Amino acid sequence: MTAQPRLLEIRQNVLKRNDLVARELREQFRRAGVYAVSLVSSPGSGKTMFLERTLAELRPSLRVAALVGDLATENDARRLARSGAPVRQIVTGTVCHLEADMVMKALADWDLANLDLLFIENVGNLVCPTSYDLGENARVVLMSVTEGEDKPLKYPGIFHAADLAVITKMDLADAVGFDLEAAAANIAAVNPPLAVLPLSAKTGQGMSPWLERLRTRVPEKTCPNQERA
Amino acid sequence: MHELSIASCIVDLAREEAESRGVHVLAIHLRLGPLAGLVREALVGSYEMAAAGTPLAQSRLVIEDAPIVVFCAPCNARRTVLSPQSLRCPECGTPAPQVLEGAELEVTALEIDP
Repeated sequence: MTAQPRLLEIRQNVLKRNDLVARELREQFRRAGVYAVSLVSSPGSGKTMFLERTLAELRPSLRVAALVGDLATENDARRLARSGAPVRQIVTGTVCHLEADMVMKALADWDLANLDLLFIENVGNLVCPTSYDLGENARVVLMSVTEGEDKPLKYPGIFHAADLAVITKMDLADAVGFDLEAAAANIAAVNPPLAVLPLSAKTGQGMSPWLERLRTRVPEKTCPNQERA
Repeated sequence: MHELSIASCIVDLAREEAESRGVHVLAIHLRLGPLAGLVREALVGSYEMAAAGTPLAQSRLVIEDAPIVVFCAPCNARRTVLSPQSLRCPECGTPAPQVLEGAELEVTALEIDP
């Protein structure tokens, strides 16, 4: 008679290591008084253009910086650096998403207390970044009008895990026959309370509510060094 | 395709557990929610690759699908939603913003040699 295999209950989150680092990052952001926002989207949805404009508009009244994830090249970092904001590229090689320890390493020699807002631009991908907490305070998912209204239904995971949806390239909406109402309904189907901001980084149309949202989220720093004493 | 890196995490986690307890793993039981952002088939395929060359090389990955459970305020009840494409109460149709379960990516148990 062969013995039955034994079942050993362990109950462990597969990404616990990432989650631990993410928790540490979140704590670092809190202590430094930085609001961290991550951006996720498919490749070519206009993340970099959107971020470029955002950085330029927020400076110099806010101290902003960006980390940019890409499989290869440092082109995006160069583009964003034109805004004058500190920018650092994370080249992930073959990895299709950012992980918390990549962010931790990239931030190692930055003094976060000198920042108000940190943007983390993820690798262009709507699937893989879903599972990885980066310690951000808010995750923004972007979709462009050229991608079609059903993107949220095809990638419910990432839309579900987002805190805000931005619809980019609205200046092209008419040209491609984009149906904003249908897109908003699809977003509401996968994540009912998710706020949706349609805008164009190129023309600036619709950028104000987004920028206003960021300004109100930045923690007040009455005494930036009090936590370090 | 981040299933391979997730599969490697699963193998590492199980290996550590197995080594610390001095047991041999026959199978890993994983609970996977539809909102975890993983493709089940890709994960199974990746698992074999990730386990190759490790003490878990002959082990199996047993996936248990977790449902999406929401809280419906009007019904004042937990409800199981059928599809991540429509997060609304299956009884009354109200959109359900409060998701209670469905993003699980959790090793629940190890099947070991007795």
